[in-house]
Amino acid sequence: MTDKTSDLRVSRRGFMAGTAVAAAGIGGFPAILKAQPKTIKVGILHPVTGPLAPSGQQCRLGAKLAIDTINANGGIASMGGAKIEPIYADAQSKPDVGVAEVEKLNEAGATAIIGPFASGIALATTQAAAKHGIPHIVDVGVVDQVVTRGLTNTFRFGPGLSKIVDSAIANLVSLNNGAGKPAKTVMIVHEESAFGSGMAKTLNERLPAMGFEVLETIPHANPTRDFNNIALKIKGRNPDLLIPSNYYNEFVLLARTLQQQKIRPKAIYAILGGAASQYRFVQEFPAAAEFIMDCNHWFDPRNPVALELKKKVEAEKAFFSYEVFLNHECVRLLADALERAASADRGAITQALAASGWSNHFMPYGPTKFVNGQNEGAAPVNTQVIGKDIKVIFPKDFANAKPVFPAPKA
Amino acid sequence: MLEFSILLPAILNGLTTGAIYALIALGLTLIYGVLHIINFAHGSLLMLALYGVFFLNTTLGVDPYLALPVLALALFGIGYGLQRFVIGHASHGKDENILLVTLGLSVIIENLALYFWRADTRTIDTPYSFDVVDFGVAFIPVPKVVAFGGALLVAGLLWLLMARTDLGRAIRALAKERQGAKLVGINVEHIFAMSFGIGCACLGIAACLLLPSFYVSPQVGHAFVLVAFTVVVLGGMGSFVGALLGGLIIGVTESLGGLFFGESLGQLGIFLIFIIVLLFRPTGLLGQKA
Amino acid sequence: MRNLIAICVFALVLLPLPLVLQSEFWLTWVILALFYAFLGQAWNLLGGYGGQFSFGHALFFGTGAYCTAVLQVRFGINAWAGFGLAAVAAGFVGAGTGWLVFRYGLRGSYFALVTLAFAEVFRILANTFEFTGAGVGMLVPLQPGFAQMQFESKAGFFWLLLFLVSASLLFSWWLENARFGARLMAVRENEDAARALGVDPFRTKLLAIIASGAFSGIGGAVYVQLFLYIDPNIAYGSAMSVEALLVPIIGGLGTIFGPVLGAFALHGFAEIGRLVFGEAPGLNLVLYGVLLVLIVLFLPNGLFGLGKVKFGNGMLRRLFKRGAHA
Repeated sequence: MTDKTSDLRVSRRGFMAGTAVAAAGIGGFPAILKAQPKTIKVGILHPVTGPLAPSGQQCRLGAKLAIDTINANGGIASMGGAKIEPIYADAQSKPDVGVAEVEKLNEAGATAIIGPFASGIALATTQAAAKHGIPHIVDVGVVDQVVTRGLTNTFRFGPGLSKIVDSAIANLVSLNNGAGKPAKTVMIVHEESAFGSGMAKTLNERLPAMGFEVLETIPHANPTRDFNNIALKIKGRNPDLLIPSNYYNEFVLLARTLQQQKIRPKAIYAILGGAASQYRFVQEFPAAAEFIMDCNHWFDPRNPVALELKKKVEAEKAFFSYEVFLNHECVRLLADALERAASADRGAITQALAASGWSNHFMPYGPTKFVNGQNEGAAPVNTQVIGKDIKVIFPKDFANAKPVFPAPKA
Repeated sequence: MLEFSILLPAILNGLTTGAIYALIALGLTLIYGVLHIINFAHGSLLMLALYGVFFLNTTLGVDPYLALPVLALALFGIGYGLQRFVIGHASHGKDENILLVTLGLSVIIENLALYFWRADTRTIDTPYSFDVVDFGVAFIPVPKVVAFGGALLVAGLLWLLMARTDLGRAIRALAKERQGAKLVGINVEHIFAMSFGIGCACLGIAACLLLPSFYVSPQVGHAFVLVAFTVVVLGGMGSFVGALLGGLIIGVTESLGGLFFGESLGQLGIFLIFIIVLLFRPTGLLGQKA
Repeated sequence: MRNLIAICVFALVLLPLPLVLQSEFWLTWVILALFYAFLGQAWNLLGGYGGQFSFGHALFFGTGAYCTAVLQVRFGINAWAGFGLAAVAAGFVGAGTGWLVFRYGLRGSYFALVTLAFAEVFRILANTFEFTGAGVGMLVPLQPGFAQMQFESKAGFFWLLLFLVSASLLFSWWLENARFGARLMAVRENEDAARALGVDPFRTKLLAIIASGAFSGIGGAVYVQLFLYIDPNIAYGSAMSVEALLVPIIGGLGTIFGPVLGAFALHGFAEIGRLVFGEAPGLNLVLYGVLLVLIVLFLPNGLFGLGKVKFGNGMLRRLFKRGAHA
């Protein structure tokens, strides 16, 4: 090949000729010119600014760690070691920005999208992605409608609201029966937007049939500045069980207020509790956190890969929260699909995901199986803070501690 | 009925929460009363102050209450600078421009905080965080009792400042009669900046008194801004005693509203008061006629 | 007349855009810019021409949005009908709040704050009642096609919004030339003098808020069709209120094209910010804020006042001067 680097004035013909030769060279001499595997572009879309930023940033961290690991281990083998190239996008905690970012990702050639954490944003982004046939893995977004609209491009790896509530109630009943039924009365404290309200509604429908009496259901705003009155109501009604369902900040304030007012129901059984299974909370408020139970997304505590990742995350001075590990596994789910599809074609990837049976993950889900976009095996687990650590108490297959129920009197 | 048995504790809680609202509103009412600026950046400045308290506590171990003078001074400086060099030049005779500038500033401050300090919620742990004072009818957490006292103190100090010092006289003159004040030689820009600075210093104090019972995150300002505006309107724009009273009234209303109508719907009480006051008595309880 | 021609040119030039523009991303960008322009045009009627600054225009936007969402989801009413009814509902709310607020003579910052309060009240109410989906919000079922105003291709939305923006431009043009507009602007300049001249400020402002509200309600309905999802925060939260006022003020208050200019400029800045600071969370918004502040400092009449940029000696002199000044 002629060396044209010194001559900057390359004529068009010369350029075309040079390119043709170079292309032939690459095609014809793979041993000499090491074949550049192309990268596989994946959109990583989360709300990293705006009110949802704390979760969004954790989500991005989880995805990033997974992508780094996969690339470090040689990329996607079936595509010649092609590396995953993440395109990070910010949904700014707004659905319309999420949609605009999906369009951008589409233009940038993203073969798949992972995100966007929030249900409201997910509803919009999955629709936008469907128009371009981009497979969209929803990392959290628990609201049921995410997978009930008949969109073939949408896949949710983790459980949805109905499943979570079903599991939570079933586990609660087992827990209660196992301890001799100490809990009969319940109070529900929930945040007032989509997931909290949805949760409270279902609980109110199902709990009475299971033998629980719901004394009162208290919705609260986001943000709530003060929980003293709610705490007083709890004290006044004295339920056996308190079921909170809220975001991190409010959960922390509630727990602190309960501790200050010396209110201790027989158990605090959170469902998607904002802080109940958060290491940050346990670390900062060990006394308030002790014995709190949660039914939430969690990893298999006996899986070495998960524990390894936990150490890595903590080394980065971050907390190993559900946003991190769910996104991490969603990336690996995609990587597995890419391996089997052996192609960066969106349709092929969608098919590969739909047929996925991936079981090499560290979530307590069993082998993956998507039905109408929902991973059937996905389920939450029950955790409890015991001895300043978060342990899994249910289901028995994944448990690494026995539940302490009811909580001992302080 | 349960609600009545916890009526008294609810009122007490409302008073202490209201005191925090009052503290935040004190600065806002000063800024509005003198400069006629609706300060959109008030929430972000509070957030900045809260981070200040947080970092002083976690890196240097300074107790939030001891950090009071530091924060007050720091926020004063920031406020003075902002008014003198940025906001003061924005008006060009149009009020809406000042609004936009404060809006722009709030976006800048909030997102710088997000970039530098990440989005996580931070809290501090002080030895007295979980201590309570027994009032017989209720347990009130120590930090809240201190905040209540603090609000009264700050309101009193501000009143003294306005009534008894030369600076206060200059501020009041400027608020009442801008042209006349200029004519008698008052340095308008300097006094405006002092007022803004003092308003921000109040935020510094509020932050020290708030953090022990709350948390800080880049978004934390949003939780207080609307309530603060309501307090200012209720109390009368420019009146400190009004802001104090307004804060306490709003606090109790919120508490009782939440008690009887649910925490979600109970918030309605705050805004209904806001609207009713604006419609029927826009100068508020103790404000000057516009 | 010149303005009328400008409006026609604007509409005609943009008309073939979807056929010419290859990039779906840019088409979406233009659609959103047009959407915010429309919202800004609506606000401008009351704020720019009428001089009444509302901080709670989300009140009307949200009402229109919920109206069409509720009608479609709960009553199965066609989207186009819902669209029209949204305008009516929002106009109605405008009439109600306007009557109350103007009757008691609220002006200036008091008016601004009360609109903010009304928006909050509606937000809390929407969040409480099952009828509006409470906290969960409302999801309009996916039914692509013209019949349900869910155009299969983006071009459909583009043309709808182009039509709406053009209509609002024409309305503003009409306003500038009609008696009603003259009365409205007289009220803006000096309400008492206007009254002395025989203008009824109350009626004038009321009509303006109804028009402004109705247009905003239409904007709300379009939002629902675009995203098929609404919740109390999106509908009545401060984000929409801020957009609605930011766009005309930046673009040029009380001008025909101001809001359109402002919308395209602001969203252009936002895009530049994202381009420059893509991966660092928050920095792109910092840039946005900085630009906002700079525009206000140097272009006090908005982008439309581009000819009257104030900087250089004047500002520097004032910055470093001590003592009283003239």
